[in-house]
Amino acid sequence: MNTFEYVRPNTISEAIAAASAPGAAYLAAGTNLVDLMKGGVARPTRLVDVNRIAGLDRIEPLPDGGVRIGALVRNADLAHDVDFARRFPAVAEALLSGAAAQLRNAATVGGNLLQRTRCPYFYDVASACNKRTAGSGCDARGGDNRLHAVLGWSESCIATNPSDFCVPLAALGAIVEIEGKAGQREVAVESFHRLPGDAPERDSVLEPGELIVAVRLPAEAARFAAHARYLKVRERTSYAFAVVSAAAALRIERGKIVEARIALGGVAMKPWRARAAEQMLAGERLDESAFRRAAEVALNDAKPSGDNAFKIELGRRVVTRALAVAAAGTPERIPALPASPFATVPGVLHV
Amino acid sequence: MSEIAISHAPAHVRHGSNIGQPLTRRDGILKVTGAARYAADNHPPGMLYAVLATSTIARGRVTFLDVAAAKAHPGVVEVMTPAHKPPLALDPDAKTNPFVFRLDLLQNDRVRYANQSIAVVIAETLEAATEGAALLSPRYETEPARVGLEDAESFVPPAVGIGNPAVVRRGDVEAGLTAASRRIEATYETAPQYHNAIEPHAIVAAWDGERLSIDTPSQGLIMAQGRIAGLFGVSPNNIHIRSPFLGGGFGSKGLVSGPQILGIMAAKLVGRPVKLVLRREQMYGPVGHRAPTRQTLRLGADGSGALTAIDHHTKTSSSTFDDFFEPASDSSHTLYASPAIATSHEAVRLDTGTPLFMRAPGEATGSIALESAIDEMAQACGMDPLAFRLKNYADVEPISGKPFSSKALRECYAQGAERFGWPRRPLAPRQMRDEAGLLVGWGMGTATFPALMFQAQARAILGADGRGVMEIGAHDMGQGAATALAQIAADGLGLDLDEVEFRYGSSDLPDGGIAGGSGHTATAGMAIHSAGANVIAKLADLATGNERSPLYGAGNAGVVARDGRLFRRDDESRSESYGEILARAGLATIEARGASAGDPAARSSYAMHAHGAVFAEVKVDPELGQIRATRLIGAFAAGRVINPRLVRSQYFGGMIWGASFALHERAIMDSRSGRLMNPNLGEYHVPVNADVPSLEAILVEEHDPHVNALGIKGVGEIAVTGTAGAVANAVWHATGIRVRQFPITLDRLI
Amino acid sequence: MTLSISLTVNGVARKVELDDPRVTLLDLIRERLDLTGTKKGCDRGQCGACTVLVGGRRINSCLALALSYDGADVLTIEGVAKGDALHPLQAAFIDHDGFQCGFCTPGQIMSAIGLIQEGQAGDDPERIREGMSGNLCRCSAYAGITNAVLDVQRELIERDRRNVA
Repeated sequence: MNTFEYVRPNTISEAIAAASAPGAAYLAAGTNLVDLMKGGVARPTRLVDVNRIAGLDRIEPLPDGGVRIGALVRNADLAHDVDFARRFPAVAEALLSGAAAQLRNAATVGGNLLQRTRCPYFYDVASACNKRTAGSGCDARGGDNRLHAVLGWSESCIATNPSDFCVPLAALGAIVEIEGKAGQREVAVESFHRLPGDAPERDSVLEPGELIVAVRLPAEAARFAAHARYLKVRERTSYAFAVVSAAAALRIERGKIVEARIALGGVAMKPWRARAAEQMLAGERLDESAFRRAAEVALNDAKPSGDNAFKIELGRRVVTRALAVAAAGTPERIPALPASPFATVPGVLHV
Repeated sequence: MSEIAISHAPAHVRHGSNIGQPLTRRDGILKVTGAARYAADNHPPGMLYAVLATSTIARGRVTFLDVAAAKAHPGVVEVMTPAHKPPLALDPDAKTNPFVFRLDLLQNDRVRYANQSIAVVIAETLEAATEGAALLSPRYETEPARVGLEDAESFVPPAVGIGNPAVVRRGDVEAGLTAASRRIEATYETAPQYHNAIEPHAIVAAWDGERLSIDTPSQGLIMAQGRIAGLFGVSPNNIHIRSPFLGGGFGSKGLVSGPQILGIMAAKLVGRPVKLVLRREQMYGPVGHRAPTRQTLRLGADGSGALTAIDHHTKTSSSTFDDFFEPASDSSHTLYASPAIATSHEAVRLDTGTPLFMRAPGEATGSIALESAIDEMAQACGMDPLAFRLKNYADVEPISGKPFSSKALRECYAQGAERFGWPRRPLAPRQMRDEAGLLVGWGMGTATFPALMFQAQARAILGADGRGVMEIGAHDMGQGAATALAQIAADGLGLDLDEVEFRYGSSDLPDGGIAGGSGHTATAGMAIHSAGANVIAKLADLATGNERSPLYGAGNAGVVARDGRLFRRDDESRSESYGEILARAGLATIEARGASAGDPAARSSYAMHAHGAVFAEVKVDPELGQIRATRLIGAFAAGRVINPRLVRSQYFGGMIWGASFALHERAIMDSRSGRLMNPNLGEYHVPVNADVPSLEAILVEEHDPHVNALGIKGVGEIAVTGTAGAVANAVWHATGIRVRQFPITLDRLI
Repeated sequence: MTLSISLTVNGVARKVELDDPRVTLLDLIRERLDLTGTKKGCDRGQCGACTVLVGGRRINSCLALALSYDGADVLTIEGVAKGDALHPLQAAFIDHDGFQCGFCTPGQIMSAIGLIQEGQAGDDPERIREGMSGNLCRCSAYAGITNAVLDVQRELIERDRRNVA
């Protein structure tokens, strides 16, 4: 790890001023950044520790029924907030399916939105990686790319976004509140992360010095609470990143879907909102074939970026299943193995 | 050696008071309070930190290291490179016997595998040394890397494992296959695996003139001492290695590794104590691994389901510069009766670190292939896998024709099957679902591991205070030597366990042999047993030869040692305490040594193996392919059990390793660069707690009069074998899909 | 530049002068405060051996920059037993043989204390397994670990029931 200047501002404006210098990076829990620094993947010359900024650690109900989550709220605190988990169960389930308890106790909401890809070529500093070093190339192409993107990738980058949290956030229309030198602005989670295109070095729309101060879930997102799930396929029962995941949320009236929300994780450099599939489901009955057709639509544009064609069919099946478990209803309590196929409630699988 | 000669004197020890008890670990309190001091926990005054710089190419030369940049970093004291290092007395590439492995000690600028040590940065702080190593920014002349089994020309290795023949034949396999009414041929692939003890290799080294003091984890203290002595040209007596605790070894700490030696060189270079701890990613290269294999099995069976031939061929790899060949095919030597067996190996040399013994080396790798093939043959014969195995039960060792010294495998099959509910298993695959609709499969595998013995010595001391001391340079890497060997010592000394001080884990004690090959309890235990018998015999001589002793004249009848007293064997009302005997003789202590080694006569007459049967249940999501090993039951017969609590833990550990072999572990190499792409515990998956919801181990009773006087066979590795195949077979039974590439990944099941 | 921070470690207030901003909480307690019970297995938040409690919550100390924890209340394995009296979890780990080599054990125990304080798992073994999955044990003593936590949880539940009654 290179040495760096450490500054600890007390206010948002001090933080923004300190972080606007070249080479500066914000430090929250550091669960991703410190790891990247140890590996030489990130070498910031100044760390701006935002942990002491007052007021960013609150979960606030909004007058309109929405909820505003401060950027410093810890993942575990959000997931275990009883009122929040009741109204946004898929978000809580996604949070609890990510990483391990120790990491969730430290990691913040803002940090989760900014976690970097797990592409091994991004981590391996001897490899060419356009995301780590702009213009250096992409060794993941033609390399070990079994788990790479099948949607939204480009010739210059086939990495995926590893966040679980962001998947239901995108599905539910969450908003990111940002402050920077130019003032405050808001961006939908769905538009917050950037697809690689020809500039994969930029993960998000944040400008230098900009700080995430909160994430907001709109009131209408709570209307899905009775039928909202997150499903995550992994290569270990716990403590593993998603191979493919999906959030599904349904509003159901008289046996018909009034509104559907679907997003996928592990398939692209951003949480992948499947709007066309959502629209297709409106008015449909709760029927496996409808879920399957929606899944086909959701993966319509998918193409392998390497040795990962299986993720396309897996993605369809994950979406189909996520819709089925959402249709079956949000369980009273988050399952013992959150978001796991092994937490499936009796009767959901077609036998 | 005079002490050893008197071991036939008529003095006896009552066994059973300590041996066989399910005691908790003697080092338990130290381990749960954080007081157990592992190598990296030492911090002698004036200590500096050393950090390795390792290569990012797999083959070529280092052409430049920015030593100036590293040295300019505040806190950096020295940079050790091929051009600037203390001299060695021995060429690290010299190979004097198969147990001496070639090491990378900065002898030149060559790079022979990724993650090879290319420099060491020594600094006042860990942070400075770490950054100093990064600042070296090496440049290379790169040559194409060869890291796949097809990347180099193959050859038949001169030997596999340690000294086993690469090709073995008994009977006519081709004739057996021709005569068979059912034949299968299948090729199985296993991935490279890394030991990944949670404790990274670490060393704290301090020189004082010619004397060297070392804290480092070791499964073989005296071998390490000898290796270090040779490399530095000092007497072994001047080297003191302390290894009271190992944070896991699994074979990777059996031989002293290159990085550990570099820590000693660094201490020499700077003239101060140095601590060097490998970073996790640096564990993937210089400290050994399990080599990949591609195994082809051809089996034949007649109309009754009796095997007519087993042909087991393995292709594996070693490094370009040293020899270790995973003896996978040898698994077919011992388990199943067949009139014809052929095993063979071929190998390629790759630009990787040298492979090494990794928990059940060859046995685990071969077992998953053999047990899969047996399952496939049972299916081809339309037979239940257990019935098929019983049909082909080997009453003598198939490859040698020798009788087994003992073999309670039938009992293992019976007890395991009953406990598991195996008779309810449908023959056809994809028949069972759980209440949620997940596919359920049941599979089994046979476990086996040789009962090995090495050589060791121990020293026993009895004091006039009635207490005993047992000294042996034995190793507790988690298997429980500190407890189990102390139990043997207590019985050997005829004392209560609390009256015995057990000294181990230090190179200034008698040579405890190597903790490997599942032979440590037997080997060290027998040395302890013998030392105990010898010191009791000496004590008995003092008593029975002295007319003032109540035991005077008991020479012919003999005495028995128990509870700190010697009793006349034919009249237990006559006894005397150890203290009384020593006091009369004017001795504060009395001591004797003992030694152990396998009995060559017994070993040439009998085949000696532990056995077991493992039954596995897996669940597989029918659409998503995700797999979970939901229930594992193993029944094992491994001779005498010294401590059932600890033995059960060894079986559990081995079973989880087996499940991991089948479902998780795989090192991924970039075929272009030759670098490991998942050298970390986030992406090199080992099981987590949630992966193994239900485990049971049944300790099947077995009495073996031939392996050694204590009847111990060894339990450390056997459970990896059998389990891996059982899990793989359960995946087939759940899904109807036979995956022959391990680990089995979900993409193959959807 | 010297940076000064205050920490409470195992109940003792300590003033720490740091000459380097890069020091992690793990390296601080191991290398500079000589509390070596906490272990480094991966240094990347992937094994859990470095688990300590900060403000009563379990975290991976390897990914925590010490400077950022100025003022924190840290509990390490050395602070768990009360003199010679083991914490019930420590005793249960011994009874259930919830370890072999012992290297991951301090992290496992700190994690288990954190798990119980979080109050999410109760005496559901599956929730305990999931909640303990951030602590790798290569010796694979998972069954003993789960049973040790389960035992202590049940004791606590029983005690609470008695207290209510």
